[in-house]
Amino acid sequence: MSAVIDNHGHAHGGAHDDHGDHGHHPSGLMRWVTTTNHKDIGTMYLWFSFAMFLVGGVMAMVIRAELFQPGMQIVSPEFFNSMTTYHGLIMVFGAIMPAFVGFANWQIPLMIGAPDMAFPRMNNWSFWLLPPAAILLVSSFLVPGGGAGVGWTMYAPLTTQMGPGMDLTIFAVHLLGMSSIMGSINIITTILNLRAPGMTLMKMPLFVWTWLITAYLLVASMPVLAGAVTMTLTDRHFGTSFFNAAGGGDPVLYQHIFWFFGHPEVYIIAIPAFGVISQVIPAFSRKPLFGYASMVYATSSIAILSFMVWAHHMYVVGMPVAGQLYFMYATMLIAVPTGVKVFNWVATMWKGSLSFETPMLFALGFLFLFTLGGFTGLVLSLTSVDVQLQDTYYVVAHFHYVMVAGALFSAFAGVYFWFPKWTGKMYDETLGKIHFWLSLIFFNITFFVQHFLGLAGMPRRIPDYNLQFVEFNQISSIGAFGFGLSQLLFLYIIIKAIKSGEKAPQLPWDGADTLEWTHLPTPAPYHTFENPPFVK
Amino acid sequence: MTKKFGGWTAALLLALHAGAVSAAYQLNLTPGVTKATQIIYDLHNLMMWIILVIFVGVFSVMFWSVYAHRKSQGHKAASFHENTTVELIWTIVPVFILIGMAWPATKSLLDIRNTSSPDMTIKVTGYQWKWGYDYLKGEGEGISFMSQLSTPQDQITGAAPKGEHYLLETDTHVVVPVGKKVRVLTTASDVIHAWFVPALGVKQDAIPGFVRDTWFKAEKEGIYRGQCAELCGKDHGFMPIVVEVVSAEKYSAWVADQKKAMAAAADDPDKKWELADLKARGEKVYAANCVVCHQQNGQGIKGSFPALEGSKIATGPVGAHIDMVLKGKASTAMAAFGKQLSDTEIAAVVTYERNSWGNKTGTVVQPSDVKAARK
Ligand code: HEC
Ligand code: HEM
Ligand SMILES: [Cu+2]
Ligand SMILES: [Cu+2]
Repeated sequence: MSAVIDNHGHAHGGAHDDHGDHGHHPSGLMRWVTTTNHKDIGTMYLWFSFAMFLVGGVMAMVIRAELFQPGMQIVSPEFFNSMTTYHGLIMVFGAIMPAFVGFANWQIPLMIGAPDMAFPRMNNWSFWLLPPAAILLVSSFLVPGGGAGVGWTMYAPLTTQMGPGMDLTIFAVHLLGMSSIMGSINIITTILNLRAPGMTLMKMPLFVWTWLITAYLLVASMPVLAGAVTMTLTDRHFGTSFFNAAGGGDPVLYQHIFWFFGHPEVYIIAIPAFGVISQVIPAFSRKPLFGYASMVYATSSIAILSFMVWAHHMYVVGMPVAGQLYFMYATMLIAVPTGVKVFNWVATMWKGSLSFETPMLFALGFLFLFTLGGFTGLVLSLTSVDVQLQDTYYVVAHFHYVMVAGALFSAFAGVYFWFPKWTGKMYDETLGKIHFWLSLIFFNITFFVQHFLGLAGMPRRIPDYNLQFVEFNQISSIGAFGFGLSQLLFLYIIIKAIKSGEKAPQLPWDGADTLEWTHLPTPAPYHTFENPPFVK
Repeated sequence: MTKKFGGWTAALLLALHAGAVSAAYQLNLTPGVTKATQIIYDLHNLMMWIILVIFVGVFSVMFWSVYAHRKSQGHKAASFHENTTVELIWTIVPVFILIGMAWPATKSLLDIRNTSSPDMTIKVTGYQWKWGYDYLKGEGEGISFMSQLSTPQDQITGAAPKGEHYLLETDTHVVVPVGKKVRVLTTASDVIHAWFVPALGVKQDAIPGFVRDTWFKAEKEGIYRGQCAELCGKDHGFMPIVVEVVSAEKYSAWVADQKKAMAAAADDPDKKWELADLKARGEKVYAANCVVCHQQNGQGIKGSFPALEGSKIATGPVGAHIDMVLKGKASTAMAAFGKQLSDTEIAAVVTYERNSWGNKTGTVVQPSDVKAARK
């Protein structure tokens, strides 16, 4: 313990040594390559994430363009499969997860009154592992055989049939996992050791709590994924048969391992999103978060339960009935703490003094649509219903409601909310609102109709379909192009605000009451809280 | 004005209604033709009602807040931020709602999973990218055939108009009698597939090296279509399933036909073939089994499936060629065809490959050569 407290002292001194003094840090590219400053690193994470969002988005557009009409028009079936694969991998590991790590980097030190992250050099590494991983992912398209067409779940034994693109993808997953684990260790240490005097755990802003819990989930689940893909690698090249029945292995074992990681993973994406929402809704309701303590307990129970429900993704692999029943009950149980969170957010708004700037709009969009995604999750949890729905478009609709309208909308809410604090500039409120409404409408056009496709029995991951599915696929594709274009507006809003945005007032949101708003100037200077504040 | 408006609304409703009843705008699960699908359909509807009630409850509160508690309306914020009673209520009430849902859900699952005392058993094997069917027990025992997509390539590329059953039609149908409990065993020879027929309420993964089971009992005659539901490589979207449910008499007639056809098709394994006949036979075998990967022109797909034209194996020593087709190559998409194809078929396809495109080896492989290689 004392060693860590020492470290606290060093983090101060270290920051000074690194940069000589405040004015003289390296400039140009080297500033970003060598930086150990949590704000720089947070910024890099966020830009990286947005770049990946565009890459993954282009892939989604290719998928939706091919599916606009029945028949094969644009791409080959192999290429189509690799599009779904890398769209999924890039969106999950490249866009959404780094976005929230970006928020963690910027916000955790500011919200707990710490001068920086606990391990600033490791922080630099956590980020700089990401670009090589992205390059590996994208370069799988350039090797013989092209990108792997196995889905983001990378099920064995299909993976053994793929070309070298599969190996590049596996190495990319290794790097992404290392980055996440290092980031998580940093986050846990920072939160547990660098809080300002007086800030007890139960006084931490909920965003910090959600990241503490998420970081534990990451540390526990990423090694499991690394194990699964490493076994895939040795099955491919070194004669092992973990997942090969002919050699005494079991292909279903892969699925158990993958989903033991995979279900916590969906909460790794969702929980920090809950955190952002739990800051934004109170700020724009001008009323403290309702049920703070129960939010902490609910989030923790979701995290623990998330390790006990993995096989709800495998209802049709042929489990014993007892197994199906157990996983059904456990999955349904998650609805309880999730419900608590939704009720708390609504109760926070109740009798508040509400205003609807862009961050609040996105938070409300989140609340409404994430809950819808939660309901379809409940439908899918019922094993007998899932027999009809699993691996159909119903599932695709379900997880886009929780990942796009859930996590992505929450990330937008966070960016608009903290943008003034980070840059000292205001974004264009009218354009922000247009961005919200376009996203909301096009999102629903794209994904709502996919529920019907799934109910009617259209399987996912197919490049072509029977004529009975034409109408809804066309509607969905039109929505997708609209959604994709709307995100370019977001880029424009951000660039415009950075270049020529109005100067932000010290406290742009009168309901915001966490340390970064109450104890720091706007924009936050390069070094903050070198002397910790005292929290009552 | 109002009249005009009313007229438009009526027209719109009519259009919507017309849309809703046509298959193209199917909005709900299929009620299907088995007890299982009916159970699932009812359970799903029940869930939708419960969800609707909760949804309306929660979001009327939220939207009321949005409407009434606005700052722009001068609403002042209250300062309450917890209430143990309320919080306990909304933790415990959902538990009871969930128990209410779990009860029918459990019952339905137990009904659906009961595979005991079937009238007949069919083994389904997933191949990249077709299905193999073996009638194992009950009337029709011993029947065995392959079933693959019969939609012409022209329809897929758009050169010809698409038919009604585009991508959901196969060369052979799985014929079963109505009102009989059919147990389905699933397995696969290469990667995981899933046998999915919505109207029968079955979806079961087909896993290489393992056998799983499921069942259905169709209550109504008809043709029911489904597709593979687990990503299995390039042509995953092109391996449909067609189940034909017929009356008991028709089924018996079909079984008799099938048995006759199988006896007629059986090759004399000791026959000595001429090159031209064998090549013609081989072309058919190639089209049915190899063309999806190695392509019509023998060029394969660069990077994924090797070209056979000019390939070392297809132009080199014949033993290695026979071996490759018999035993396949582990950890690649090249499957072992020894179990799927007869000696004559393998002899034919190898001969075809060695004497087609630019390959001019002149070798004629006899069924007896394949038989010898099997040992
Ligand atoms: C699912 C795709 C697929 C199908 C179907 C398929 N093959 Fe192959 N085949 C492959 C792949 C992949 C290889 C390369 C294996 C390797 O890595 O050596 C291959 C290799 C071969 C080779 C060796 C070529 C060489 O020079 O290395 C021959 C001969 C061959 N296949 C014949 C056949 C025949 C005959 C059939 C049909 C009965 C068939 N294949 C069906 C995928 C397929
Ligand atoms: C522009 C918005 C988006 C569109 C139009 C879109 C569209 C699609 C489509 C068409 C599929 C293929 C479904 C299938 O064939 O199975 C898909 C899969 C997927 N998407 Fe998206 N998507 C979008 C954004 C996102 C985002 C932001 C995420 C973030 C996590 C995401 C995560 C996934 C995942 C995990 C898959 C599964 C991939 C797989 O099947 O292996 N998508 N998406
Ligand atoms: Cu899950
Ligand atoms: Cu398939």
